[in-house]
Amino acid sequence: MSEASIPVTTEIKFNIQVSNELTQNVKPLLHEIKHALDALIETGKTSIIDLRSIPLAPGEEDKILNTLGQGEVMAQLNTLGLSEVTETQYAGVWLVTHYNDEGNIISRFIEVTTMPVILCSQTEDILSAYSRITEILE
Amino acid sequence: MTNSSTKDKSLKEKTLGEVMRSQGVSRRSFLKFCAATASMMAMSPAMIPKIAHALESARRPSVIWLSFQECTGCTESLTRAHTATVESLIFDYISLDYHHTLQAAAGHAAEEAREAAMKENFGKYLLVVDGSIPLGNPGYSTIAGISNYDMLMETAKGAAAIIAVGTCATYGGIPHANPNPTGAVSVGELIKDKPIINVPGCPPIPVVITGVLTHYLTFGTIPELDHLGRPKVFYGQSIHDRCYRRPFYDKGLFAETFDDEGAKKGWCLYKLGCKGPTTYNACATTKWNDGTSFPIEAGHPCLGCSEPDFWDGGGFYKALSMPTENITQTAVYTAAGAVAAGLALGAMNKRKKNSAVAAHNKTTTDDLEK
Repeated sequence: MSEASIPVTTEIKFNIQVSNELTQNVKPLLHEIKHALDALIETGKTSIIDLRSIPLAPGEEDKILNTLGQGEVMAQLNTLGLSEVTETQYAGVWLVTHYNDEGNIISRFIEVTTMPVILCSQTEDILSAYSRITEILE
Repeated sequence: MTNSSTKDKSLKEKTLGEVMRSQGVSRRSFLKFCAATASMMAMSPAMIPKIAHALESARRPSVIWLSFQECTGCTESLTRAHTATVESLIFDYISLDYHHTLQAAAGHAAEEAREAAMKENFGKYLLVVDGSIPLGNPGYSTIAGISNYDMLMETAKGAAAIIAVGTCATYGGIPHANPNPTGAVSVGELIKDKPIINVPGCPPIPVVITGVLTHYLTFGTIPELDHLGRPKVFYGQSIHDRCYRRPFYDKGLFAETFDDEGAKKGWCLYKLGCKGPTTYNACATTKWNDGTSFPIEAGHPCLGCSEPDFWDGGGFYKALSMPTENITQTAVYTAAGAVAAGLALGAMNKRKKNSAVAAHNKTTTDDLEK
């Protein structure tokens, strides 16, 4: 068979499976956030939702994130790869995204709290800091 | 914080918390590690503080990994685990004393490493096995002149627990497929006196392998298992129940061929042979390739690779059974009704699959062209 006789397809069609009829999990999740916010107001109880534990179709996570939007706080943490902590446009609702060294998302949580714990200075680190600063001053 | 007492300890004596601090890993990073671990192990985020506390005080276990009749796909999968930072910490933390694909030592030195690890850690080491064991003729698969059977039985004696990784080690896999020329059997068929965790899949999802290892490290126990010895956190629900295409199934919307309108719209692949309803695995939520996608999302039916005898299941592209009009009708009822119908169909599918296995139906080129 000569090379010329091999049919060559130049047009590549991608089968992108996005539809309006998806898992229907977006709205219940937003309601869960509302209830968590209510609990924070009423009792001070904090909540964490693992976005990886919920079946979501392509595009649905973006839909949730777009709905929550961007608020006043954006923090980047250099902790075994990057982490991003942002407050959404709904005060008290935070998005915490952890990346690995290669920049891939390894986990993503919605935290309903006044401040995600990972943003606070940790007791062990403060003790270590005290030792180090004492050492350099000796 | 590093103090003099932890400085004096050998790596094996240190707890994970001490190892991390001595490597300059901050508490904040450790919390991130624990959060990723909870997510990876499909645990509630409420478990994060408990995981942190348990890992803080856990000690470095010896792990011996034996590879028998296998294709190395399971190791390939594991070494491509996408939560690279977390996994590398786990591998820093466990002492992988024998793995003939990954270790630098070869020949006698490698076997000596296995024997030394067994002796030093007798009763305490974790044994990981991938590949099936040929009973037909030991010559089908040997390592350093030792038959797979002898090596398994010898190494299993001092193991605290055994993790069978991949469908070959858990159910015999492809070597066990009809007519099973090597007489391949699974680990569970040979070892009856040790706790065995089955982690099937061809290959298993990388983070499922590391998740099971992490669970053991974290709690020092084996996770809750289903009737096939699989951890329920990863294998507790069917692909079908967690599939984002499930709403199409409930509405009776199916792709009939790989390039029809239904396929383009991303409808359910049930009629194209999807084994999602009878397959229990975490693909639909954990996904593959850095959490990018999974076979159904890429437009291909699930093959059911984490189920026993999936290779002899009667054709990858044959529908398990045709949904009836009643199923379609269910969509107009409540979600609970839809789930009940799904369960009934699941039972029907199980029967169909079992009868296909009994009849030893094989995939033919006709099936592939359907």
